[in-house]
Amino acid sequence: MEKNIAVKVDDLTVAYNYKPVLWDIDLEIPEGVLMAIVGPNGAGKSTLIKSILGILNPIAGSVSIYGKPYEEQRKLVAYVPQKGSVDWDFPTTALDVVMMGTYGSLGWIKRPRQKEKKAALEALEKVGMLSFKNRQISQLSGGQQQRIFLARALVQNASIYFMDEPFQGVDATTEIAIINILKELRKAGKTVIVVHHDLQTVPEYFDWVTFLNVKKIATGPVKDIFNDDNLTKTYGINYKVSIQE
Amino acid sequence: MNSAQIEIQLIASLVAIACAIPGTFLVLRKMAMISDAISHSILPGIVIGFFITHNLNSPLLILLAALTGIITVILVEYIQKTGLVKEDTAIGLVFPALFSIGVIMIAKNANDVHLDVDAVLLGELAFAPFDRLLIDGVDFGPKSLWIIGIILLITVTLLIGFFKELKVSTFDKGLAASLGFSPAIIHYGLMSVSSVTTVGAFDAVGAILVVALMIAPAAAAYLLTKDLKKMLLLAIGFGVFGAISGYWFAYWLDASISGSITTMLGLLFLVVYLFAPNKGLISVMYREKQQRTEVSLLTFLLHLKNHSEESERHVNHLNEHINWQKVRSKVVLDLALKNNMIHIDNDIVSLTEKGDTFTSQAIDYIITNEDAQIEHMKDDFFLFRG
Repeated sequence: MEKNIAVKVDDLTVAYNYKPVLWDIDLEIPEGVLMAIVGPNGAGKSTLIKSILGILNPIAGSVSIYGKPYEEQRKLVAYVPQKGSVDWDFPTTALDVVMMGTYGSLGWIKRPRQKEKKAALEALEKVGMLSFKNRQISQLSGGQQQRIFLARALVQNASIYFMDEPFQGVDATTEIAIINILKELRKAGKTVIVVHHDLQTVPEYFDWVTFLNVKKIATGPVKDIFNDDNLTKTYGINYKVSIQE
Repeated sequence: MNSAQIEIQLIASLVAIACAIPGTFLVLRKMAMISDAISHSILPGIVIGFFITHNLNSPLLILLAALTGIITVILVEYIQKTGLVKEDTAIGLVFPALFSIGVIMIAKNANDVHLDVDAVLLGELAFAPFDRLLIDGVDFGPKSLWIIGIILLITVTLLIGFFKELKVSTFDKGLAASLGFSPAIIHYGLMSVSSVTTVGAFDAVGAILVVALMIAPAAAAYLLTKDLKKMLLLAIGFGVFGAISGYWFAYWLDASISGSITTMLGLLFLVVYLFAPNKGLISVMYREKQQRTEVSLLTFLLHLKNHSEESERHVNHLNEHINWQKVRSKVVLDLALKNNMIHIDNDIVSLTEKGDTFTSQAIDYIITNEDAQIEHMKDDFFLFRG
C-alpha cells in the first residue's frame, strides 16, 4: 500500500552554541499515523518538532510538509506546545486561548469574528471544557489547561498535529480523554505526532514510533520496531518493557 | 485653572496613556527592567541628536534617540545569548555604559548645550507650556503636546491593528511562530514603540518617571483583572489618574510635578496591592484564614462520619477528641450548622444527609483530585477553589 508522506525531514542538524542537539536526522512520516517520538531527556524531541515548525533555525537540512516548505503549508499544521512553556497567569479566558488557534487562518491584522468564535466553542465542547469557557486560565487544573491547548489545536482544523508532551502532569481521566481525541483524529485521516514520555503506553496509544537520541535510532510501525533492541539503543541501558499484544 | 495648568495636565495625561500601552505588554512579558534600560540609554542618542539638530523637539532627534533604545535591547540580548551572564546582569551592564557616555558628552559640552543631567533624570513639565508651536505667528499650543499626541496616535493605531498578534506572541511565543506571526518582528515592534514613547515622554517627565508611568499602572491593573483589554484600559485610567492627581499634589506642595506623579503612582499601586479583590494582600490573607477554617470543618465532618458511637459525637468531647481550642470548635460548629451539615440533639452531633453527601464528595475530590463533580461546591467553599 503506497501512502502519502505527510512530513519529510532531510539531513536535519540543529545546534545550540555549537553543540549538536539533533544530528543528521532523516525522517519520513506517512499520512494518517499516530506517532510517538520517544527518547531520553535531552534527546532533542521538542527540538525536532520546533525545527519542523520553523520555530528554531536548523544549521543544516530541510523539512517539507506534503512536499512543500513549512512556510507555504502553515495552515495544514497545528501545534500544541508544552504546557509549561506559557504563563498561565496571563489575563485571558479559556475561550480566548482557544480562539488563538484561529489566528493563523486569519493572518495579520484581521480580527476573529462570530465564525471563529463558533469554531472555538465547538472545540471546547469536544474536549469537554465548554462550561469553563469564561474561566480565567490560571483557575484551571493542569489537565484542564492541557485540554484547552488541545482544543486550540483542534480549532486550527489542520491535517497534521504536533504535540509536545500533552500527557505531562495530567490526571488519568484527561489522559484517556486526550488519547481518544487523538485516535479520532487519526480515524479522520489526520497525522498526529506526539512527543511522549511514558514508554509503557506506547503500544496501546500509538501505531507508529520514532526513537530519537540526538540521532534517529529507528522509525516505523510500533508492532515492528518497538522492541528491547531499539529501546536499549535509544536509552543506552538494557531497557525492558513488557509489550502488550 | 489657567490655560498653562490645563496644558500641563493634558501633556501629563497623554504621556501617561502613551506609556501605559507598551507598559502593559512589558509587564506581561516580564520585561519591566528593559524600560528602565531604554529610558537611561537613550541619553547619548538625545545628546547626539541635539548636537546635530540643536532642537530638542526635532523628529530626527526622537528617531536617533529611539534607535539608541533599540541598540540597548539588541546589546542586552546579545550579551545574554552568550550564556555567560543572565538577563538582569546584561541590562545592568548595558544601560549604565550608554547612559554614562551621554553624561560625559553633556559635561564636555556644557557651555553650548542647553541640557543638564537634572532635567534629563527628572524632566520639567512646568516649563512645557513655554515652548510653543508657532506657524506663521499662529500659536498651536505647546510643542510637547504635539509630539506626545502624535506618538500616542501611532501607538494606539498599532495597538488596534496588531492587538491579536501582540496577545498571542506575548502569551505563547511558540504558537505565534508556528502560525507565522514572527515573534521577533512583534518583539522589536514593541521595543521600537517603547523607545519612541520614552523619548517623547522624556523631555516632559524625565528618565525615571517614564519607567514609573510604564510599569506602575500596568502592574496595578494586572492585580485587578483577568482580561487583557480591561487591563489595558485600567492601566490607562491609572496612568491618567496619577498624572492629574500628581499635578495637583505638586501644586499643593509646590514641588516637582514629575516627582509628585511618581509618588501618586506608587501610592496607587500600594492601595491596589492591599485591597485588590482577588490577588490583593488582604484578600489573600482572608482567604487563607477561610481555608484553615474549612479544613477544620472537613476534619470535623469526617470525624462524625467515621464515628457512630455517641460518646465520640458529644459537643463537650469535641475539644478533647479533635484537640481544638474552644473558639475554634465554636467557629466550626457554627459554620456546619449554618450550612445544614449537622444537627445537634441533646448535645450529640450528627451529620445531616447533606453533610454526609458533602463529606463523601469532598473526600472523594481530595483523593482523586477530580474536578467535574464538585463545581457547585467551589462557590460555597474557598477550600475547593484550588
